[in-house]
Amino acid sequence: MAFQSASSKATKSLLSRGNRLSEATEQISHLAGSSETLRQMPRFSAKLRESNLFPLAPTELQIFQVNVGKMCNQVCKHCHVDAGPDRREIMTKETMSLCLDVLRATPSFTTVDLTGGAPEMNPNFRWFVEEIRNLGREVIVRCNLTIILANKSYNDLPQFFAKHRVQVVSSLPFYEKSATDRQRGDGVFEKSIQALKMLNEVGFGKPETGLILNLVYNPVGAFLPGDQVGLEREYKRELKASFGIEFNSLFTITNLPVSRYLEYLIESDNLEDYMERLVSAYNPVAASNVMCRNTISVGWDGSLYDCDFNQMLDLKVATPNGKHLKDWDLNAMKSRSIIVDQHCFGCTAGAGSSCGGATT
Amino acid sequence: MANYYDSGDLKKFGQIAEFGEDAAKKFFDYYGETLKDGALTAREKSLIALGVAHAIQCPYCIDAFASDNLEKGSTPEQMMEAVHVAAAIRGGAALVHGVQMMNKVKKLSM
Repeated sequence: MAFQSASSKATKSLLSRGNRLSEATEQISHLAGSSETLRQMPRFSAKLRESNLFPLAPTELQIFQVNVGKMCNQVCKHCHVDAGPDRREIMTKETMSLCLDVLRATPSFTTVDLTGGAPEMNPNFRWFVEEIRNLGREVIVRCNLTIILANKSYNDLPQFFAKHRVQVVSSLPFYEKSATDRQRGDGVFEKSIQALKMLNEVGFGKPETGLILNLVYNPVGAFLPGDQVGLEREYKRELKASFGIEFNSLFTITNLPVSRYLEYLIESDNLEDYMERLVSAYNPVAASNVMCRNTISVGWDGSLYDCDFNQMLDLKVATPNGKHLKDWDLNAMKSRSIIVDQHCFGCTAGAGSSCGGATT
Repeated sequence: MANYYDSGDLKKFGQIAEFGEDAAKKFFDYYGETLKDGALTAREKSLIALGVAHAIQCPYCIDAFASDNLEKGSTPEQMMEAVHVAAAIRGGAALVHGVQMMNKVKKLSM
C-alpha cells in the first residue's frame, strides 16, 4: 500500500540539510516547551519522584554499548542517531583500544553492544570484535541487514559473525514491504529478506546452533509498539510462511522523540499527541527497569553517556570528572545520578522499551 | 457545548467511573478480559472491534481501534477488509429486510 510520508523528502541527515533539529539543545528545548500543551505535561523527573526512583541510580554495570560511528548506508526516517552516508564521525582504533582498557578494568561488563550508523562500516570493526571476544565478553552487533549486501567486502559478514559467535540484532520494522520501506528506504525490505536468508544459511536463528538472530520491531508511525509476545508470534508465522526465515526473538522498541523521529512527529503534527500517549502510558515498573541503569553508552569520540539517546542529545554522564574513556572511574560511574528529561518517557511507556525490547 | 463529539473525550473514557464506580470497574474489567489473547488472538479481536466500530459508527472506537490495530501489527489491507465486512453485513441487513417488504407487498397485492 502506498502512503505519502510527511518526511518523504528526507534522504539526507538533518545535519547535512542544515536542519536546526540536528542541534541537541534545539531538540531538548522543543520537547520541553515548544507549545503550551508540551509545557503543561508532567516532567519525567516528577514521575520518577512519584515512583521513588528519583534521582535515578545505576544498578550493576553489565552492558557496554559502543557507537562506533554515525556513517550508515541507509537514511531511516526514524533514526535517532541522524546517521547516513553523509556522516563522517567514526571511532578510531585508538578510541577502540581505550574501550578495551575499560573492559579489562571492569569485569562486570559481560556484554558489549556495538551500534552505529552501520557499525560494520568502521574500518576497524572486525579487529574490534575479535579483541572483545578475546576478552571473553559477549558481543551484540546491531546490523541493519542491507549492509551485508552493500558491497562484496561485506558479503561474508554472516560467516564472520558465526565464527566469533556474535549475537546479531537487526531492525525489521514490519514483516511486509510497504511499511518497512516507508521507514527505512525503498528496496530495504527485499534486501533485508535476502540478508536474513544468508544469516539463516550459516545457522543464525536456528535453535540447534546457538547462533542468535534477534529482530527489532519499531512502529512505522506515531504509535506505540503492541505486545511483544503477540507481535513475535505474527512475525515468526509470516516470515516462515512467506520467506522460510527463522529467528530467535523479537524486540519491540518504542521510538523516542529524538532526532529524525522528532522531525517526523513535528512535520506530521503528531508530537503533542505522541507525547501525551507516552506520558499517559508511564509505567513505574518499566521505569525501575530502564536500560540506562545497567548500561554505559560510549560515543564515537570516546565520550561517556547514560544511554544511546542521551548520547544523541549530547547529555554526558553527570560525574564530576571522567566524562571520557581516558578518565574512566568506575566508582564515579556507579555513584552518579542518571540524567533524565522528557524523551525518557519513551522508555517507560506501556511494557517499557530498551535496546533489548520490552522491559516488563 | 460546541460539539456533540470531541476527540479529546476519548482519553477521558475512564472518567465515567466518577458517576458510578462499581459499574465502571465491572465494565472495564470485562472489556480488558474480552480483548485479551484467547481462542482468538488479541490482534484478531482488535480487527473485529474495528469492524464493529464502523458498523455502529463510533468515532471514538474507530480512532481507538485503528491505533490498536497498528500497534498489534495489523496491515492497512487487513483493517480495510474488516471495514468491508462491517459494510457487507450492514448492507446485507438492510437488503434482507427486502424479503419482508416483498412478503408484505405480495400479501397486499392482487
